[in-house]
Amino acid sequence: MIEYPQYKKPFYALSKQNSQKVGFSFIRLITLVTILPILGIIAYIVFKGAGSITWEFLTAMPSDGMRAGGILPAIVGTFYLMIGTAIFSIPLGIAAGIYLSEYAADNRWTRLIRIAIVSLAGVPSVVYGLFGLGLFVLFFKFGISILSASLTLSIMTLPVIISTTEESLRSVPYRFRVVGVSLGGTQWQTIRRVILPQALPGIVTGIILGLERAVGETAPILFTGATFFLPHLPGSPMDATMALPYHIYVISTQVPGMPSGIQYGTVLVLLAFVLGMNLIASLIRSRARARRQW
Amino acid sequence: MKRSERFIANSIKIAGSSSILFILLIFFFLVKEGLPALGEVSFKNLFSLRWYPIEELFGILPLISGSLVVTLTSILIALPLGVGTAIYIGEIAPKKIKEILKPTVEIMAGIPSVVLGFIGIQALSPFLRTFLNLPTGLTALSGAILLALIAIPSIVSIAEDALYAVPNSYRDASYALGATQWQTIWGVVMPSARSGLMTAVMLGIGRSLGETMAVMMVTGNAATSFAGLKSIIMPVRTMTATIASEMGEVASSSVHYHVLFFIGIILFIFSLIINISSSSLQGKTKQEKGQVVS
Amino acid sequence: MPEAKITIRDLYLRYSDGKEALKHISLDIQPNAITVVFGPAGGGKSSLLKVLNRLIDLSDVEEMSGEVRMGKLDILERGLDVVGLRRRIGVVFSRPIPLPLTIFQNISFGLEVAGMRDKDELRARVEKALKQAVLWEEIYDRLDDPAASLSGGQQQRLCLARVLALEPEVIMLDEPTSALDPVSTAKIEEFLQEAKKDYTILLAPHNQQQAARMSDYAAFFLQGELVEYAGGSDMFMNPKDKRSQDYVQGRFG
Repeated sequence: MIEYPQYKKPFYALSKQNSQKVGFSFIRLITLVTILPILGIIAYIVFKGAGSITWEFLTAMPSDGMRAGGILPAIVGTFYLMIGTAIFSIPLGIAAGIYLSEYAADNRWTRLIRIAIVSLAGVPSVVYGLFGLGLFVLFFKFGISILSASLTLSIMTLPVIISTTEESLRSVPYRFRVVGVSLGGTQWQTIRRVILPQALPGIVTGIILGLERAVGETAPILFTGATFFLPHLPGSPMDATMALPYHIYVISTQVPGMPSGIQYGTVLVLLAFVLGMNLIASLIRSRARARRQW
Repeated sequence: MKRSERFIANSIKIAGSSSILFILLIFFFLVKEGLPALGEVSFKNLFSLRWYPIEELFGILPLISGSLVVTLTSILIALPLGVGTAIYIGEIAPKKIKEILKPTVEIMAGIPSVVLGFIGIQALSPFLRTFLNLPTGLTALSGAILLALIAIPSIVSIAEDALYAVPNSYRDASYALGATQWQTIWGVVMPSARSGLMTAVMLGIGRSLGETMAVMMVTGNAATSFAGLKSIIMPVRTMTATIASEMGEVASSSVHYHVLFFIGIILFIFSLIINISSSSLQGKTKQEKGQVVS
Repeated sequence: MPEAKITIRDLYLRYSDGKEALKHISLDIQPNAITVVFGPAGGGKSSLLKVLNRLIDLSDVEEMSGEVRMGKLDILERGLDVVGLRRRIGVVFSRPIPLPLTIFQNISFGLEVAGMRDKDELRARVEKALKQAVLWEEIYDRLDDPAASLSGGQQQRLCLARVLALEPEVIMLDEPTSALDPVSTAKIEEFLQEAKKDYTILLAPHNQQQAARMSDYAAFFLQGELVEYAGGSDMFMNPKDKRSQDYVQGRFG
């Protein structure tokens, strides 16, 4: 059914065409106001931070109460956290996505799972921090460690990976599943050999975007794995670690007399890390789109 | 072969249900650590207007009002900008500009909140202080502006989906009646996309309410009680910021510790309500099975 | 008459939406012959084919009863090894549906999931199947290209080849030429005539002419009922039932 539009009288006396012109200009202005600050922020950070990025800055330990030297432990820590998060969240997330797309019947239990996923996606990051503190740090006695922080970040990342996996699998046409089964493949064989490879680029994109978010988060690691300062690199998953986002928080609010070069340099490194992942994700996506056979 | 197939199918089913386990675990640990607060702190104290933990004053009302002030202000900023941008991308922009804008919005979503907090301290707060002639730039307004930047990408993408879901036949019918594109957008497209736009607003509120780092870094962290409109340009302290900044310093199982978890419960319940109700607003997507064997 | 390849007794099928797709069908399908299953759309042809290799398991069925046997095998049995059944009864669909894999992989898929690992053996079986489906000459030099790069007619023969690669006993074709040009159609029909000495073939034809041309036996389905089952020439020259008469002579459908 088509609802016929009912127009309000324009509040100013302009012709239809002119009011459209004014309206469009207004919308364009709004878009500019939305987009420009972000581009401005990125440009500003690059401008102020690029000068600090030296080999030494990236590979040396901090010195002089973090007011000099490099940020190696924070970079390495963020990298460890990303790996840890990936290890736990990827297999579980993909499996859960496969379940929802391929195995789950349309029943109560499935609806409950979906509600749980939506809820997980909406839990505030600092609440994840509390949860990680309660479960991993204290209850399982993993302490403030890379392990606790990674597990916490994993659960936070899970909904992203599950949803993108399910979505990518569902976009693969149903007929391929029928054909796979008709040729004597079991359901799992058909999924693994035919459906999953087709969905893979979408899944990988989702994983990268999920990890991107995890890498940039501070609140969930505040009380589960992050430490103010570490004189050496973490040696095991049971060690606490420095991390770029937490380090930025520390040097911009907790350390008086911080040289701004180091501040902006650190922010730039994190930004490059995150935007780099974003770029990779979109490259994978557009390449896959070009190659798709269906 | 058959056994391994069954093993895989079962593992996938278990993984599929893991989200339910996690959301229950989160709830359980929040309650386990947070509920004792109700026994240790009198009701009158807990719902008083004074948050001053050193003197055992645990009034959470100023924190709740702080969160609400910051969140609502941020939505007032983010909503017109986000929806306007979505209208531009979805209805007006030429294809080329669209292809630039979409990734830009995605990049916006990827910028870690700690980076925005840093920019808030470095640039936004000083600017607001001189511009509005305030004693300090660290106010609810600074936080709200940063939160708007964080909420905008999700508002844009959900609103855009909602606009996209409006059938083209609606637009055609409107044009056929002689309406301009502008009239069509306001008179037909927006009303039809209403529930989707509502979802966008709700999830925007959810993001803002749960956001921690950016808010903590720029809102001044003073637990002031609500002072009407003036609160917007005063320092405030949100629930998330309180947890993040104080949890690191409290002894576990102390009263203060339990109260912080209790605040976590409040946040968790807020987020559950917002996310579950907004997801039920959104229509479900079902896979077209299609006919293979005709 | 030789012993039937598949015996169907009192087969009844109702979908969850309440539609009765097959109403108490009894039918013997003869080996080494082409049995044509024809009739207007929605008559139950496709449902019958889906039951025979249990692709019906993918649909929402409310009730299925009766007896279907291939030799000693009870096809309707709950705990049946459906995977094994589907290797013995292959199916070609009305539209060519190449899997999003290479040409080679499209054919080796069924063999690999059946556990064949040896590279040389796979290669030999793929070549043999492609030759059987009269496709080898056209594509032997680009087996690693995506199957989607083939023409429609080639794709359908590829779909046939991947069924043949499994060396099934029964081949079912559901309007296999409906999306094809006359030349490709002729190639497939030619193949079927040739192949019936080795296989039991069930064909839901694309039109009456094809039905008449191809059938050794013919079963006329109307609204879930088997109206008449006869030898091919009897059915199309001298149908006994009034309804099949009308249909064959083009009075409806």
